[in-house]
Amino acid sequence: MESLYAITTGVLTACGLYLVLRGRTFPVVVGLTLLSYAVNLFLFSMGGLTTDGAAIVNGPGGYADPLPQALVLTAIVIGFAMTAFVMILAMRARSEAGNDHVDGRSREDREGRS
Amino acid sequence: MIAHLIVLPVLLPLVAGVALLLKRQAGTRLKRLVGVGSTLLLLLVGIALVARANGGDIAYYALGDWQPPFGIVLVLDRLSALMVLLTAILALGVVVFACAGEDERGSNFHGLFQWQLMGINGAFLTGDLFNLFVFFEVLLLASFALLLHGGGKARILSGVHYVVLNMAGSALFLIAVGVLYGATGTLNMADMAVRLGELPAERTGLVTAGALMLLVVFGLKAAVLPLYFWMPRTYAAAPAPVAALFAIMTKVGIYAILRVYSLVFGDGAGALSRLEQAWVWWLSLGTLAVAGVGVLAARDLRLLVAYLLLVSVGTLMAGIGLGSPAAVSALLYYLVHTTLVTGGLFLLAELIGQQRGKAGTRLVRGRPLRQGGWLAGLFFVGAVAVAGVPPLSGALGKALLMASAEGSQRAWLWPLLLGTGLCALIALSRAGSTLFWRSQGDPGGLALPRSQWFGVIWLLSAAPLLVVLAGPVSDYTRATAEQLAHPQRMIEALLNTGGTP
Repeated sequence: MESLYAITTGVLTACGLYLVLRGRTFPVVVGLTLLSYAVNLFLFSMGGLTTDGAAIVNGPGGYADPLPQALVLTAIVIGFAMTAFVMILAMRARSEAGNDHVDGRSREDREGRS
Repeated sequence: MIAHLIVLPVLLPLVAGVALLLKRQAGTRLKRLVGVGSTLLLLLVGIALVARANGGDIAYYALGDWQPPFGIVLVLDRLSALMVLLTAILALGVVVFACAGEDERGSNFHGLFQWQLMGINGAFLTGDLFNLFVFFEVLLLASFALLLHGGGKARILSGVHYVVLNMAGSALFLIAVGVLYGATGTLNMADMAVRLGELPAERTGLVTAGALMLLVVFGLKAAVLPLYFWMPRTYAAAPAPVAALFAIMTKVGIYAILRVYSLVFGDGAGALSRLEQAWVWWLSLGTLAVAGVGVLAARDLRLLVAYLLLVSVGTLMAGIGLGSPAAVSALLYYLVHTTLVTGGLFLLAELIGQQRGKAGTRLVRGRPLRQGGWLAGLFFVGAVAVAGVPPLSGALGKALLMASAEGSQRAWLWPLLLGTGLCALIALSRAGSTLFWRSQGDPGGLALPRSQWFGVIWLLSAAPLLVVLAGPVSDYTRATAEQLAHPQRMIEALLNTGGTP
């Protein structure tokens, strides 16, 4: 299970990173979303992965570390708010600048300057 | 009551912010009253906290009475008390300045302002790595909204860069926190310091990776060399009161570096102690060099002030890079000076821009200023202070810092620090003569409201005051540096003996 989990997190991170480095706002927003999913998965696994563990410490039996779960919950809520904000901001930037490049410059502008 | 004082800098702005949000339809007068009143109370709390921390013992506040290392704690030592007081002093000048009309250009300025203060104060007080992340997010979300206050193309486009970069930074912060938690099994900074001392050898690499990732995140907040490109444009585009408040935001990054690496990766961490030193030192020198070039190249007064802020970041980081308690003491003195003076200069640039009409803050020939004499006088005070010319506080801070450098460090630090000071002097005198002397036509513009004058004078008067009060202030910073150099005292205060719950 560990290797599958690690590969999933890694692929998500790689895709997110690639999209964040694109030049248009929509892929960047999707990339940030993927990145935050990957980070949440990563954070979740940090207490060690336990199968069939009790959520509450009860006797000597195995239990799952509850702290990463609490951390992930916080991170999800914050990430959600951030994504909503960046989405609206990208749409405002699109309408103000007239194009969706992250620098707010159209293709002609960039070629004209260089 | 006195035991609950530590949580007030977080609670007070939170309550004021929520109240302002609920009473969104209320009159402007009421909102301004609540905003200024809350900031004034914060100033009083800040003074009380400094008085309490000056005794030398470290107090903590366990939220929900869960004792450390298990619960969430707010920690008060000399450093965090100083930073909270500094924030309150800056915020009071800024919020009064904003009451002249800037707060009416968009909705909910005062509520967002209070939340920003809550995030900043929380980041200064928390003793827990994950809560540092949460408070960073609080202050970031508020700063995103404040940055876009009033709208406009330049603000929105620079806002996109700022928001995207900081979201990527937050992702990195979480990864770093996750790695450190996975390796040490705790998030409380004092507890982490203890556990690093008995770390199994095979986990050293993991912790090093986590620690240096944290450095990247804090470096992004503080705007050091490879991570500063978002800063000048964003600060130049932000509304003046917001830009002035943001003067403390880069210092949040500096504070975080100082706190985390002195406490968690201090002398007790064995092979991991002081692992950031070399990185911080060389990056700070690079930051100083490029900031000097930026200061000379700026063609707009606001951009010029933003680059001066970058110079101060480089100087402060160099203080961390030097590493000795004397250097930390000097950098704290310089930090107080630079935060207040650059904040004041951002506000002053706005006043000059208002009176110049169409030319704004661009450094071109424009019409003369109606109240040019007063503005020029204030500009002179700010320029002398920020460029580090005697007799004002900038010179004193730089002299303290240079005196604390030793051996080969001097050969690197002295020329760069003095060189950027010269760059700032040249750029500021050129800007001043263009703004105040190269003018034609009739003076225009309206007389400036009294609250705006108050804001600027409140912040810029720090420059002479810090020289007059240099004795007590440097005594305090020296004691702070001493406290930071002995992290085991904080560890003992938090983990063994009972403080005030």
